[in-house]
Amino acid sequence: MQKRSIIPIVYILFLLLPIYWLVAMSFKTTNEILAGFSLFPQTFTWDNYRTIFTDPTWYWGYINSIIYVSINTVLSVLVALPAAYAFSRYRFLGDKHLFFWLLTNRMAPAAVFALPFFQLYSAVGLFDTHIAVALAHCLFNIPLAVWILEGFMSSVPKELDETAFVDGYSFPRFFTTIFIPSIKAGVGVAAFFCFMFSWVELLLAKTLTAVEAKPIAATMTKTASSAGYELGLLAAAGTLTIIPGAIVIYFVRNYIAKGFAMGRV
Amino acid sequence: MTIELRNVTKRVGANLHIKETSLTLETGHFNVLLGETGSGKTSLIKLMAGLDPLASGQILMDGQDISKLNTQKRNISLVHQFFINYPHMTVFENIASPLKVAGMAKSEIQGRVEEAADILQLRPMLHRRPHELSGGQQQRTALARAIAKESRAVFLDEPLANLDYKLREELRDQLPELFAGRGAVVVYATSEPEEALLLGGMTALMHDGHVTQFGPTAEIYRKPANVISADVFSDPPINIGQITKQGTEAKLGDLIRWQLEGEAATLPDGPYTVAIRPNRVLPRRSESANVRLIGRVLVTELSGSESSAHFSFGNDNWVSLSAGVFPFRVGEEHEFFMEPAHCHYFGSDGNRVA
Repeated sequence: MQKRSIIPIVYILFLLLPIYWLVAMSFKTTNEILAGFSLFPQTFTWDNYRTIFTDPTWYWGYINSIIYVSINTVLSVLVALPAAYAFSRYRFLGDKHLFFWLLTNRMAPAAVFALPFFQLYSAVGLFDTHIAVALAHCLFNIPLAVWILEGFMSSVPKELDETAFVDGYSFPRFFTTIFIPSIKAGVGVAAFFCFMFSWVELLLAKTLTAVEAKPIAATMTKTASSAGYELGLLAAAGTLTIIPGAIVIYFVRNYIAKGFAMGRV
Repeated sequence: MTIELRNVTKRVGANLHIKETSLTLETGHFNVLLGETGSGKTSLIKLMAGLDPLASGQILMDGQDISKLNTQKRNISLVHQFFINYPHMTVFENIASPLKVAGMAKSEIQGRVEEAADILQLRPMLHRRPHELSGGQQQRTALARAIAKESRAVFLDEPLANLDYKLREELRDQLPELFAGRGAVVVYATSEPEEALLLGGMTALMHDGHVTQFGPTAEIYRKPANVISADVFSDPPINIGQITKQGTEAKLGDLIRWQLEGEAATLPDGPYTVAIRPNRVLPRRSESANVRLIGRVLVTELSGSESSAHFSFGNDNWVSLSAGVFPFRVGEEHEFFMEPAHCHYFGSDGNRVA
């Protein structure tokens, strides 16, 4: 092995350590975890995973999360597409200010909005629904998607639009059959980030749900039982939480590199 | 088939990008829009294509007012300077796209696409995507799309500007026959006077948002209607000087004099502007080139079989362009000889007088 590859290897091991620890823990019993330091599971067990996949309060946590995250991703990208097109193609009064203001929404801490959202959704009867969380997450995901998509759209020459109109394409047909396919990398990247941010967001998701739409992250905070914290179970739940993100990032890995190269991600 | 512009203007904010312009463009020959970058060629094409709204005036196609008609319904084609194709479609789908949108039957689309592909030598590439093609092939795909559509008007906006020299010449030679006999009005925008001369037909000279002269290419080259037109239609730039006419003699500066002939001799005495093309100012005396100028050589260029020299005399900077290789020395004074028979004369308002 070459000398210079040692440093990156050490660094990567360092990065992977907590993930390894989490995965290893998920195969241990809670007693073993509490007993002290052990590098490998001494008594290897699938029990933690079995519990999650058989107990509805556990697996519904995942289903709820996936439902509102999916709704949010679709909603954010669908709304952001025309908005980003407008920002990329037209000059209008205050366009730059509006664009920047959208971005500042991304910077606002979710905690600021938790109370107004909670009160508003309770008042209109949306509390504890998937759509409530999905809409709340739009607050920061739509600006993000607009920002990412605008970058990709602006790299498509305006002459493409003109050529399509001259060729006879109506605007909706051009937008759906020519323009979106031309920026599908951008759509992938935007969808990925919406998915990720909605998936990891805990505060709003927890505040706006009780039972029916309770996300997995909220379920995980309620594992304290009479026997104390069930750490093995928690580790298994944590491991499963990482998987969707890993799957999605696998599909958009090339696009993300492209997005970074364009300086927008 | 004709396109008629009646007093059209285009406004962006408070600025007039196209000043009141009237033109009638016909089929059967190339209609060249010649002007430098920013002179309004693309703006004018966009107005005719309906991509930008008119501030005032009318556009008629075959006598029918299309000013309010959508781009989609004008039945036109447009080829840009940048190679614009639909990136996710194959070459075949690209050429077929306007036909497909128009709802044409599959069998007919197939025939038309193959015909266009044959003319433009794209047959082997039909199933590739644009980014797998060279620049020349990409632009030929765009041209094939315009041909296959068989539209009423084809707008070519500097289609060769981004191609390298050899491809440009090759495609330029091919262009006129490509559109011959198709009945479409062909409008070709370019910033190179040489291209206008090679493509022939009619030329509209554009400067600062308006047409300064329109007519048969050779004629307006021979007889520019005003100083600006003379300048637009000259590369390198035309030489301009101020003369005083007295009797039948023209006086340029203190030392240079020549006899006026024909129309020019009959003009009333007074100040005029003279313009003469660089290829009529030569480094050697001849029977026709007999008016001597002494100039200080500023820059020289050798381009293959031609040599050019920028020189200054009095307050003017002129250019001489001659065949053959000529050993100019930068910074030294040199004799040049102009051909007075090829001088253009303009009045104080800039319009041609002789």
